[in-house]
Amino acid sequence: MTACPICESSVETSDTSRLSEIVECADCRSELEVVAVGPVMLAVAPEAEEDWGQ
Amino acid sequence: MSGQSRQVAVAVLASQVRLDERRLFDAMERQGVRFQHVDPREMWSFADERLPRWRGVLNREIGQVRALYAARICEALGTPVLNSAAAIQVCGDKWQTSQALAAANLPAPRTVLGLTPEAALAALAQIGYPALIKPLVGSWGRLIVTLRDEQMAEDVFDYVRALPGPQSHLIYVQELIAKPGRDIRAIVVGGEFIGAVYRIAEGTRTNVALGARTRPCPESAELTKLAVAAAAATGADIAAVDLIEDEDGRLLLIEVNHRVEFSGFQQAVGDRVDVAGRIVEYVATRSAQW
Repeated sequence: MTACPICESSVETSDTSRLSEIVECADCRSELEVVAVGPVMLAVAPEAEEDWGQ
Repeated sequence: MSGQSRQVAVAVLASQVRLDERRLFDAMERQGVRFQHVDPREMWSFADERLPRWRGVLNREIGQVRALYAARICEALGTPVLNSAAAIQVCGDKWQTSQALAAANLPAPRTVLGLTPEAALAALAQIGYPALIKPLVGSWGRLIVTLRDEQMAEDVFDYVRALPGPQSHLIYVQELIAKPGRDIRAIVVGGEFIGAVYRIAEGTRTNVALGARTRPCPESAELTKLAVAAAAATGADIAAVDLIEDEDGRLLLIEVNHRVEFSGFQQAVGDRVDVAGRIVEYVATRSAQW
């Protein structure tokens, strides 16, 4: 478990979390990015840009 | 999977690892494909650099511009990329996609590009209302607006004129097809049709990103033929082809996506089709050949 950088709630992460992985805080619904592993660190994920998609 | 392809070191370009990317990584591990996750936000290259860094690259970059230039860097280094920079350029621009489909004589809604809002108004007089205005570059149904009449078109174009950047002032307009509350997403990998789903939603936009539900779509000869031909026309080896049915049930091509998002597809088809597995198998096989 890692603290949400927005609301400080516990966010579920695991040993298999990957760098750049996007997770959502179940409490405040913020999108968070895994910026370090071992231990996992979270930061607010970048806002969607105009050209994002598929 | 051959013994040779197990040795392949494939780079997966992704600045964001979402469910689809996790599935791809898991499939690579299952299939024994050596891979390296590369964040394109950290990529750079000298202009005269020519040393390949990997045997092959799977491009999952979420940003269109960064995906295109990342592919160009890799290709300049001598590393083939799936999809190619050329395919990313065509698929990432709705007008270029429309032109590629038209050049291949594939069915699509009537589409025009107006180089100014005034030119688009003149074109709309021929297409008729209602019609759709779509951004040239963009995804997930963003900024698609239904123009119900000329007055509404003029009002919307007033906003378009105020947008920054000259590309925003190019107006891509398409006739509105009265589709039956759904569209079809077909996935093609290596020229092979691997399945299709309906995306169901009220209104014009049937994007999973906007909450559309997905259901399995039966395979038909026409659907298979069109999906495979559309992927080929745009040069996309790995493609999500979107189609709609008109009032007569005729299939029309809407777009071809080069960075296939398949979570909605996978949800509908369950274990019957392993999209990530098929993509990884194809990437590993192609990388071993290069």
